[in-house]
Amino acid sequence: MPDAGAPLLEVNDLRVEFRSGREIVRAVNGATFSVRRGETAAVLGESGSGKSVTAAAIMRLLASPPAHITGGSIRFNGIDVLGTPMSEWRQRCGRELGMVFQDALASLNPVFSVGWQVAEPFRAHGILDTRAALERAEALLGRVGIPEPHARARDYPHQFSGGMRQRVMIAMAIALDPSLLIADEPTTALDVTVQAQIMDLLLDLQRERHMAMVLITHDLGVVAEVADHVAVMYGGRVVESGRVRDVLSRPAHPYTLALLESVPRADLDQQQLNPIVGSPPDMATLPVGCSFHPRCRRASEQCRASSPPGVEVAPGHHAECFHAQAVFDGR
Amino acid sequence: MLPYLTRRAVHSVVALLGLVVAVFFLARLTGDPTDLFLPLDASREERAEFAHKHGYDRPATEQFVHFVGDVMEGNLGFSLRKQRPAMELVLEAYPTTLKLAAVTLLLGISLAVAVGALAAYRPGGLFDRVGSTGSLIGASAPDFWVAITAILLFSVSLGWLPTSGTGGFLYWIMPVTVLALRPFGLLVQVVRGAMLDALASAYVKTARAKGVGESSVIYVHALRNACLPVVTVAGDIAVGMVNGAVIVETVFGWPGVGKLMIDAVIQRDFAVVQASIMVTAAAIFLMNILIDLLYVALDPRIRHQ
Amino acid sequence: MSAPANNATSAATIAAAIADTRAIAAQAEMVTVRKGLPWWRLLARDPLALCAAVWLVLMLLCMLAGPEWLGKAATDINLRARNLPPGSTEKGWIMFLGSDALGRSMLARLVVASRNTLTVAFTAVVVAMLLGGVLGLIAGYIGRGVGNLIMRLSDVVQSFPSLLLAVVVLYMLEPRVANLIIVLAVTRIPSYLRVTRAQVLEIRERGFVDAARAMGGSSTHILWRHVVPIVAPTLLTILTVDFAIVMLAESGLSFLGIGIQPPEITWGLMVAQGRNYLTQAWWLAFFPGLAIMITTLSANLLSNWLRLVTDPVQRWRLEAPKTAVKTNA
Repeated sequence: MPDAGAPLLEVNDLRVEFRSGREIVRAVNGATFSVRRGETAAVLGESGSGKSVTAAAIMRLLASPPAHITGGSIRFNGIDVLGTPMSEWRQRCGRELGMVFQDALASLNPVFSVGWQVAEPFRAHGILDTRAALERAEALLGRVGIPEPHARARDYPHQFSGGMRQRVMIAMAIALDPSLLIADEPTTALDVTVQAQIMDLLLDLQRERHMAMVLITHDLGVVAEVADHVAVMYGGRVVESGRVRDVLSRPAHPYTLALLESVPRADLDQQQLNPIVGSPPDMATLPVGCSFHPRCRRASEQCRASSPPGVEVAPGHHAECFHAQAVFDGR
Repeated sequence: MLPYLTRRAVHSVVALLGLVVAVFFLARLTGDPTDLFLPLDASREERAEFAHKHGYDRPATEQFVHFVGDVMEGNLGFSLRKQRPAMELVLEAYPTTLKLAAVTLLLGISLAVAVGALAAYRPGGLFDRVGSTGSLIGASAPDFWVAITAILLFSVSLGWLPTSGTGGFLYWIMPVTVLALRPFGLLVQVVRGAMLDALASAYVKTARAKGVGESSVIYVHALRNACLPVVTVAGDIAVGMVNGAVIVETVFGWPGVGKLMIDAVIQRDFAVVQASIMVTAAAIFLMNILIDLLYVALDPRIRHQ
Repeated sequence: MSAPANNATSAATIAAAIADTRAIAAQAEMVTVRKGLPWWRLLARDPLALCAAVWLVLMLLCMLAGPEWLGKAATDINLRARNLPPGSTEKGWIMFLGSDALGRSMLARLVVASRNTLTVAFTAVVVAMLLGGVLGLIAGYIGRGVGNLIMRLSDVVQSFPSLLLAVVVLYMLEPRVANLIIVLAVTRIPSYLRVTRAQVLEIRERGFVDAARAMGGSSTHILWRHVVPIVAPTLLTILTVDFAIVMLAESGLSFLGIGIQPPEITWGLMVAQGRNYLTQAWWLAFFPGLAIMITTLSANLLSNWLRLVTDPVQRWRLEAPKTAVKTNA
């Protein structure tokens, strides 16, 4: 049995490639982070930074081909995820880990009723019969804030609004009380007002059920508000990680710093915003050395020549940069 | 849902009316209609009498009104060869064709769904390669030639199956197989493509994330969605089956509408040809409505439009 | 099916799997399109498609030169060589596929018949493509009224069995070659019409035609620059499939005795004639049918290959080296 202090989920130096013909796209080149029971870890990054692929890799949802996990390990609840036979792993999915996807309309099956789909985990794992499962599904729909759950359970996904569909996804993911919830950009596709409601619902459920959560997002504000830990991804690597208040108040990686400077903040008297120059890297042809160097103000010869080492600037606060200490010290 | 069905039904009715008009005018514009009905060696007097009796000497508009009235009453002329109303002959032959078509469709569709789904599950695997190549050959083979070759092999050389006619189980094997060949070939490709799309979809990922078993993912989540494109092409498949039925019935001496029509063409019995065409068109019209209903039943998104 | 296409996962799977990494996928595609191999190298990489192409070129030669080359051998009656079975070159290579009841060479007759068979199918398909393309442009540009009428007419044609349509029309008109071609062409118009119309509508939607118009481009210019280049590859793919379909239809009609009439010969007609000698000389019906089958299969194979080549998302399957393909399988 894993001891209480050990992390629930540990991702260590994960590497994922997509191979299509001659092209090899290294989507994840070393992602390391962990989550403890009941805590929230945010994986923060731009689109294409490898954060969604990391989430799919944890659930083992990547189709192979074209995806290949070429290195690293994932441990969940003391077991080696990548070494577990697929059929056995599927049994744990839903029961011990749940996942909420970004695009609820595409992620719900269009030809089955919402009640049927929310009840499915109970049936698939042989926990309840069809009728009892449907009753539980209706209760869950009520819990996630769908009005008249009994009547709406018979409706189909396309008959719900975007926010309501995301609530259905959440009900489905938490149905079997998993100890870990992976939320892959759960609010990106929604209106701003609805985003806050969905985030609140997720936090409520997390507290109520003492779930751990991996929150995949590109939204610094959300990270600051809800996460305990954060892993910042760039070019398929986790370039900085640590407790949220440490990382955001005193970043040690130029990319994190640049991200912070590019966001409007009410608490600072900013003269102007500083967007990050350049564009995210082409994952098929990553630059040699530090993959952030073409956009980095501090880039030196060293950065263009070799990959930076990991530096622990403070206890539990890591950054991969030759200049980490300087950035951390605000020099 | 209702507007959708109504629109589709209106389109079919328009198509049906269009066909009636086309048959009428083609028959009149291409020359003397008596040429179509009477044998080529009919005398001038016979022609004149026939034309007068059927009103071919009157103005075209009047004839058209008359013709539409007849069609509405189900009166599609008189077979000069068989000396019976053409409609009677066609309705007699229809059940035979329908039986053949129904058995073939049922068999062809279920086989194609099974093969297509299996091929899509391991794309590039041995089964996929054999299935895809086989279905392509099935879709490319000339049905009349396959029929003849089958007769040569199984009836003439081996003596296992009867060459033609109707009767017990053995009489069904060759006609059904030959007729199923092309729809099967086309459907395997459709099902395979639809299954590939479905298996790669986001909802299949969701199902796996929920811990749904692999067989349930394939046969419940993916296949149910892959059925929709199959229903969309079912109309084309059925229309193509009519083509096939004409050939298969002729080669295997199956006394259905296809054989009736080809015999009528060769004997120049226009009333029977005309009646076969009209009834077939009406059958296709009915079938399209059935397919639309099936589609509505299978896809809730259309149901709530 | 081409071997690489079967070895690799379907594009759909890959596309959807990569969709998770949206930006990456887009980049990967760009990378793939960047390095294009010339089409003949792509053809050489796909053995089945190559065989299909070689066969079709061979048939083209037969069609162009066959009757002049072997016309005499096809009509020469040789009573001492009646109903020769295939497989022997005792009476010369020309008798390799056997001979008919009048001692005429099977091989020569097949070569000569290729002209009618292929010309009818080819002409019908090209006529259908031209008519369908033009009607599609009209339906797309004009929309309402005329456009709707065209679409309804196309529905009528499409929802009616092509063979029956041909039977009726050929019954009422004469079964002349020209009529046969027109009927077969009419039954194939809807697919071209739909593709062209859909493309015109999409381009109108996308608005870059408006931009072109604002910059003073004429309608014909817009057509040539923006519609034709995009529609052409799709139409070409349909053309190859339709060639097979029309060939089967013409053969069926000729087999039923409603298509091309003797003394002209087509492969379908040869099958019908050989059918009467099925028990004595099976090869008379077998070889013409086999010729039809190989030709239609070749056309279908080639159209699958064309679809791969003209689709930028799928083209990599043919460009990928064999080893990489194997690891995917």
